[in-house]
Amino acid sequence: MKVPGDMKVSVQLFARARDLVGTSPVEVELPQNANVGSLRRALAAQFPALAPLGPHLLVAVGQDYARDQQPLSPDQEIACFPPVSGG
Amino acid sequence: MADPHIELTHQPIDYQALTERVRSPQAGAVLLFLGTVREFTSGRQTLRLEYEAYPPMALSKMRELAEQAAQRWPLTEVAIVHRLGLLDLGEISVAIAVSTPHRDQGFEAGRWLIDTLKEVVPVWKQENWSDGTQEWVHPGTSDTATSPPALGP
Repeated sequence: MKVPGDMKVSVQLFARARDLVGTSPVEVELPQNANVGSLRRALAAQFPALAPLGPHLLVAVGQDYARDQQPLSPDQEIACFPPVSGG
Repeated sequence: MADPHIELTHQPIDYQALTERVRSPQAGAVLLFLGTVREFTSGRQTLRLEYEAYPPMALSKMRELAEQAAQRWPLTEVAIVHRLGLLDLGEISVAIAVSTPHRDQGFEAGRWLIDTLKEVVPVWKQENWSDGTQEWVHPGTSDTATSPPALGP
């Protein structure tokens, strides 16, 4: 049910996370006062294919790593990806 | 320290030019680290590696690392370049060049920069194994991400 204050955010996916979902970016509906933790739960519910990466997924907000408690707003740049392996 | 040179590129890394870029009369030591594509990992044979990045965040994190290193060691100059796309065996995936007044500082800073880059910079590699399978490398995730070969035996 659409509740006033709900928001839709766009999430960029990378590497195996994008391959498992099949596309990037994806749109995710979040409740009002959502934070990074609620984004993780919403992503897991909307995209069961991400299950193998589960708790390993990292979230970046505004191009920096974000903790679960960090609040979200619809205008932020959001990305979700598995552990990095450059070098 | 002058402005660090930070770059993501799809072209081969010119490590000689990068080394020249950090040389300075103020430095007594220049250290160059190159990461290169290795053929064998735990007995499995790699044909190629493909690198992907989240470019704006990767650049911002690489710059942050250069600045943090400059706070810990007296860097004269620093340059960090990461290659993206499909790389053949032996090609250079990452180059880090630092110059410092004395060699110990250079070795320590260079070691810290590559170790920390591998932990925090959003770049990923995908193995293209000789048996035709592909596999993302995501440290700490247990199951393998092997896709079936394009052609059967």
